[in-house]
Amino acid sequence: MTTLHIPTIPMIKRPVHPTGIWYWLTTVDHKKIGILYGVTAFINFIIGGIEAILIRVQLAASNADIITPEVYNQLFTMHGTTMIFLAIMPLGAAFFNFVIPLQIGARDVAFPRLNAFSYWVFLAGTLILHISWLLGEAPNAGWFSYAPLTSLAYNPGHGIDFWIVGLQVLGIASLAAAFNFIVTIINMRAPGMTLMKMPLFTWMTFITAILLVLAFPVITVALIELMFDRSFGTNFFFAPAGANPVLWQHLFWVFGHPEVYILILPAMGIISEILPTFSKKPLFGYSTVVLAGVIIAFMGWLVWSHHMFTVGLGPIPNSVFTITTMAIAIPTGIKIFNWLGTLWKGSITFSTPMLYALGFIVTFTIGGISGVMHAMSSSDFQQQDTYFVVAHFHYVLFGGAIMGLFGGIYYWFPKFSGRMFNETSGKIQFWLFFLGQNITFFPMHFVGMDGMPRRIYTYSNEMGWDSLNALQTAGSMLLVISVLVFLHNMVKSWRSGEKAPGDPWDARTLEWSIESPPPEYNFEEIPKVHVVDEWWAQKRGLVAGQVPSGGSGEKSDIHLPQPSFLPLVTSIGILIAGYGLVYSYVVAAVGLSIMMVGVAAWSLEPVNDPD
Amino acid sequence: MPTINRQVVKYCFVLLAGTILALIFGCTPDHPQSTFDTVGPVSQSQALIFYIITYAGLVVFILVMAILIYSAIKFRRRQNTDADPEQIHGNNTLEIAWTVIPALLLVAVAVPSLKSLFDVTVSPEPEAMTVNVTANQWWFRFDIPELGVVTANELHIPVGEVINLRLNSRDVIHSFWVPKLAGKFDMIPNNENTMWFQSDEEGIFYGQCAEFCGESHALMRFKVIVESRKEFDNWVQEQLTDANKPSDPLTQQGHDLFMSSEGGCYACHTIRGSKKAYGEVGPELTHFSSRKHLAAGIMDNTHENLISWLTDPDSIKPGNIMAKNAAVYNDSEKSLSDPEISALAAYLRSLE
Repeated sequence: MTTLHIPTIPMIKRPVHPTGIWYWLTTVDHKKIGILYGVTAFINFIIGGIEAILIRVQLAASNADIITPEVYNQLFTMHGTTMIFLAIMPLGAAFFNFVIPLQIGARDVAFPRLNAFSYWVFLAGTLILHISWLLGEAPNAGWFSYAPLTSLAYNPGHGIDFWIVGLQVLGIASLAAAFNFIVTIINMRAPGMTLMKMPLFTWMTFITAILLVLAFPVITVALIELMFDRSFGTNFFFAPAGANPVLWQHLFWVFGHPEVYILILPAMGIISEILPTFSKKPLFGYSTVVLAGVIIAFMGWLVWSHHMFTVGLGPIPNSVFTITTMAIAIPTGIKIFNWLGTLWKGSITFSTPMLYALGFIVTFTIGGISGVMHAMSSSDFQQQDTYFVVAHFHYVLFGGAIMGLFGGIYYWFPKFSGRMFNETSGKIQFWLFFLGQNITFFPMHFVGMDGMPRRIYTYSNEMGWDSLNALQTAGSMLLVISVLVFLHNMVKSWRSGEKAPGDPWDARTLEWSIESPPPEYNFEEIPKVHVVDEWWAQKRGLVAGQVPSGGSGEKSDIHLPQPSFLPLVTSIGILIAGYGLVYSYVVAAVGLSIMMVGVAAWSLEPVNDPD
Repeated sequence: MPTINRQVVKYCFVLLAGTILALIFGCTPDHPQSTFDTVGPVSQSQALIFYIITYAGLVVFILVMAILIYSAIKFRRRQNTDADPEQIHGNNTLEIAWTVIPALLLVAVAVPSLKSLFDVTVSPEPEAMTVNVTANQWWFRFDIPELGVVTANELHIPVGEVINLRLNSRDVIHSFWVPKLAGKFDMIPNNENTMWFQSDEEGIFYGQCAEFCGESHALMRFKVIVESRKEFDNWVQEQLTDANKPSDPLTQQGHDLFMSSEGGCYACHTIRGSKKAYGEVGPELTHFSSRKHLAAGIMDNTHENLISWLTDPDSIKPGNIMAKNAAVYNDSEKSLSDPEISALAAYLRSLE
């Protein structure tokens, strides 16, 4: 056998067994990157939460004077942007990273360095967006930043520039991660795991990754056009020079609606793992649930104009989008009924993850129903841009996505930390969370129908909205307490919780067949898969399997990807270039040069295998 | 543990149900922007669709919750069994049923919904009176070309008649919404929209911009004043007259300041009958004091409020164009003295 000769450049070295901070800066282990994603995203969730609380405090009473309108506008813009791009999406990515290779019986993702790169670029985008606050120029045109309010004439500060650059940088991270997971899921499944034997969470991740790859180019184009309008005097959206600003809305929502499914599908995948585990039954109608997910993802492309019913497209386009939007309720309903079917005749234990899964069904059903209400274009003319919409999408994104993700954190906590969390604290936290969100968001339906528009920093007391707004603010305080209880439980349990066994829940999928936390190489021997719930079948002796593989220390014969500095270096280049695009093209050139050097060195990096 | 959980579940549901009921009864329709207190055919049609879909949704919700709660109680893990439940993988009949039944339900709802959509979008009387509405950061200009009336932030219409509206914007996107009369339509530069409504009751109905349009979006409000045909005709006649001439030294001083290059007001505002003031950047002021509200519906049109508005408009409506662009506000050397403000207020208040 001839050995492949790779030219090596002595300056480029791979770190060998780094420790401490260097370990985390250079790691390409999908589990560690998953933890980095999770912790960063959770910090963002808290920042977005603080922004939300400030909004709620300002709105608690009429004619309040706590926050100026300019700051208020920045707060709701950054709250939406933070929660969507910096909290929910990367929390999903944290689970993709940690769980997918374990669920499909792989030792890492297909491109480990690209995976690290995704995280570091995501962090760069996070910094660009958050630091705009410290520079006094946070974006202020809403998370969908409708033109022409974003044009230089109406928005001369740098806020919109930070928003454009931040989202572009996050787009790079999302696309890199999405391609990585598509390739990983297609190529790296354990032998025997055909597509229709993949765990549901892997399926939903796969669909989400495909949506990401198709959706992000649209927003990328829109952002480049907006950036050219602002920086180079082009005229895509600037109305006074003759542009039609509705173009922006089409571009934004062609991206924006699939984005909604990018946010919710991972949570649906998590729920579809938790419900069977704690019911001790297989998911009811596995292939139907998979198919429903695929149909939702496909139809997500056919409904974008329901965000634009009041734009005046005319009754015929509105009818079309009314019908497509109503139709999307059918696959969504199928999922809900299949989840209920999973509970039916099960043997249900109410551990904290299960409470979250059941809570998800309740709140997501409410959000789904109000979604169908919005589909009615005629009555939606009354609801569009009111607090009714705010109620709807918080039921879907908070009651849906965030509830699902919290459930996932509890569910996989023993796996990633190697410790058990405190069940009592978890249950108390769930009920505070569940009550808090309903008290916060349910009254919004009523104030919305009572005529309260979104995005107003104040209202007059003659409108009669005071008491319900005060109630919402009180509910949001319950959520604050709940998140504090959660943090306390997580930190304490991670430090000193009871040691977790490999399979604390008597679960069904492969990640539970190995010890907690998993060894660096995951599986000593790559498992062979026979059925959907492979681990369950192995435990019950229904299929021949290797029960259970122990991690007896370092396995020197297992080839693992080596750590690398270069994903971080390349990302730092992108971060610098991001600031350059806002302030100075010279700085941008420096940043892009660092990025290019990083990429070049990356491609020349030695393998550095100890053997 | 299961018994404690059931207790908790029970109490929480009682609490939740109580909250929901309290909210429903607390939701009084007499609030100024309630979409339930409908006064015209457009908003009534929209409310009807809302009720249909709400009740249909409620049925689905109760069904899902019933199955969920029943399953959670009935199929909870028994203490003394280690046996696994039967591993059911699915049931084709059931799955087809819960695909087809919701689909039929949706078709049933879609029919009235689409009918209503065409009813509320297409004006039944295209020849009826048309109002051109132009949105600006942050006020509304109303122009009824067939009557020659131009006003701002307060639209008068006759009761029981179809009113057609043509919606435009001079800067960013806004949205025109009078909840008791009709759902909203966006006001987009270079993209005119049309809508219609009709009020079957006399009264003052509140409207508000519903699309985020910048710093003072929350302060962009207006009123629709619905009156009898006779009152409406009188109002039109009054609006068509020229502005009152200054009648005493104080109003004369205010007038002169308004028309002078020091004051500069004339450059942006119209006062019909004067030779100089025909600007259209700001609200038309010919019959300023006949309006009930000031600064786009955010405060009553009183002397005190007018004084505070003229003294520091930016503190009342942050970011507004007058405060930003007028020399008397953005140049501290040219700012108005208190006597000048009093004179200006006296003049404006004389414009009945």
